[in-house]
Amino acid sequence: MTDAPWRTVDRDYLSDEHRLLRRTAREFVAAEIAPHIEAWEEAGTFDRDLYKKAADVGILGAGYPEEYGGSGGDVWTQIVAWEEIARAGSGGVGASLGSIDIAIPPILAHGTEEQKRRFVPPLLAGEKIAALAITEPSGGSDVAALQTTAVRDGDDYVVNGSKTFITSGVRADLITTAVRTGGEGAHGISLLVIGGDADGLTRSEPLKKMGWLASDTAQLFFDDVRVPVADRIGEENEGFYAVMENFQMERLMLAIVAVITAEVGLEASLDYIGEREAFGRPLKGHQVIRHTLVDMATRLTAAKEYVYRVADRISRGEDQVTEISMAKLFATDTSDFVTDRAVQIFGGYGYMREYTVERLYRDSRILSIGGGTSEVMKEIVAKRIL
Amino acid sequence: MRIAVCVKQIPDPAAPYELDPETHFVVRPEDQVLDDTDRYGVEVALQLAEAAGDDASVTLVSMSPSGSLQGIRQALAMGADKAVIVDDASLRGADALTTSRVIAAAIGREGYDVVVAGTESTDGYTGVVPQQIAEVLGAPSLTFARKVEAVDGKIRIERQTQAGYDVVEAAPPVLLTVTSGAVEPRYPTFKGIMQAKQKPIDTLTCTDLGVTADNQQVITSVDPVPARQAGEIVEDEGEGHLRIVAMLEEAKVI
Ligand SMILES: Cc1cc2nc3c(=O)[nH]c(=O)nc-3n(C[C@H](O)[C@H](O)[C@H](O)COP(=O)(O)OP(=O)(O)OC[C@H]3O[C@@H](n4cnc5c(N)ncnc54)[C@H](O)[C@@H]3O)c2cc1C
Repeated sequence: MTDAPWRTVDRDYLSDEHRLLRRTAREFVAAEIAPHIEAWEEAGTFDRDLYKKAADVGILGAGYPEEYGGSGGDVWTQIVAWEEIARAGSGGVGASLGSIDIAIPPILAHGTEEQKRRFVPPLLAGEKIAALAITEPSGGSDVAALQTTAVRDGDDYVVNGSKTFITSGVRADLITTAVRTGGEGAHGISLLVIGGDADGLTRSEPLKKMGWLASDTAQLFFDDVRVPVADRIGEENEGFYAVMENFQMERLMLAIVAVITAEVGLEASLDYIGEREAFGRPLKGHQVIRHTLVDMATRLTAAKEYVYRVADRISRGEDQVTEISMAKLFATDTSDFVTDRAVQIFGGYGYMREYTVERLYRDSRILSIGGGTSEVMKEIVAKRIL
Repeated sequence: MRIAVCVKQIPDPAAPYELDPETHFVVRPEDQVLDDTDRYGVEVALQLAEAAGDDASVTLVSMSPSGSLQGIRQALAMGADKAVIVDDASLRGADALTTSRVIAAAIGREGYDVVVAGTESTDGYTGVVPQQIAEVLGAPSLTFARKVEAVDGKIRIERQTQAGYDVVEAAPPVLLTVTSGAVEPRYPTFKGIMQAKQKPIDTLTCTDLGVTADNQQVITSVDPVPARQAGEIVEDEGEGHLRIVAMLEEAKVI
């Protein structure tokens, strides 16, 4: 299948070095992730030492500067690493292992040198776990309306409020948190890095979810939590822009995950239709099935071509806000379509836990919600093209 | 300690092989990978170098068309220090003896204390190159190692045998071959891969080495493995075992 149209998209973008990085990531997944997926999905979490292992091989640090413990490399370094993690077929493992990628970019982009040196290396080394906390029980789409407050008291802020649906929230050691330090609206928001052991921080039990089962997700409660002003990232009341900027890479990576989720679903279906028979011939011999597979493959290939194109422009430093929003919209819609069809093709087996397509179907569903919903993506595009 | 590791780039075993109908050689794609069996050799070499300390060096030696050198970079990314490639048009389709002479010349030119090789390549399977290299170099060979250690200035191995293993040792200069599974090869880290592009790769020709290709072997024909015969299904109506016993007797296994 290495010559299939969706498998050859990356040829135009990856160097020999990226392909070696992909090979290492694939070997890492085969050795350290694939054998444990069933158990981790069942347990609702994965072994904590996976962070350390992923750091040692360089996956956690992919794309981050070496001076803070990263592996170096570019956007494609990050893409090949996380594609291989996604290809393991457990969205949850990728989500919690990858929560570092939404938590540290604001620190690197807006933190002081001292903050970068203090916060980032232990995270990239896999010694500490990072999370990003924006969403609140009262709302996630309207970030500018968030209600968790941080009131200045001497050299500290005193934080009160709650965050929910926080990926890696059960065991995060450092939480990049959006809080209200000023008046209403986008201009009153700041970013604080809050330690997991802070007094007054409590966490819910792991939230029970439809998919992403291997990732720990929690609600966080802040009750007079004191956070040193020295742990604020960037200027006071300018956090909203850092949050919006951070969404760009998150959305690109979610689009990539969507593409790979669809790809795994498609390839599982292609194998299955050759083996499974109905009415005396392989499923492959029924025209309706053949056409469905073509629809899946066509949409996937188009989505992947577009997502890679946008990634390429990002790697060259171009502003792609409209395009990323379109890419996430289209790619996540594609993964929902492809995984839904995959379950259908597998029939009753597609509804059974032991079949990968069943998990892909559930794991796909979050991709058009997290990191900004499809409706929010459409609002962004509408504002920019209408 | 100067360690040379023989490595080979082969077509990705996951992709189908093609043979040239004229020469019967494997058609080599631009992109080749490190032969899986060589990863064990590289790992053993790296472990010996790590145990030996700072001034130990690991040099990869390969006879191979330069191509994209993906396979060589894989081994450099694991931690080897440099690579020496012998790339010469006259070596296309070189037989095992020519290959051994060429590689021995390259190793001799670099200087070595220990040469490490796999037991046989996954695409050629002759299984004689390492011993021939040792012979050309005039070094003892310790073969089929399932465990390797440096003890009191000697290399000591456990040689895999049918009955168990022998413990054999020799003082450097020495050549050893390691079995697949002898060690757990590390996979290259992201940093290793990115640093690999700065590592030197020297490319030599036969003239540089003062050797000439002198193939004694020609592949005269290649035949496909006969397709497996369909098995016989014995319906058991109480007498099935008799038919099975008869079949086993026919096959002379009982
Ligand atoms: C598994 C999981 C992991 C998550 N991980 C994190 C995390 O790590 N950190 C974090 O901060 N958040 C996280 N989230 C939260 C996620 O980002 C939010 O769920 C998402 O942004 C939507 O917010 P909401 O759930 O409050 O929905 P709401 O904002 O209440 O939206 C409800 C519905 O209304 C639609 N809607 C909202 N506004 C508009 C509009 N203007 N026009 C049209 N339709 C609109 C939405 O699209 C949606 O369909 C996670 C969520 C899940 C499920």
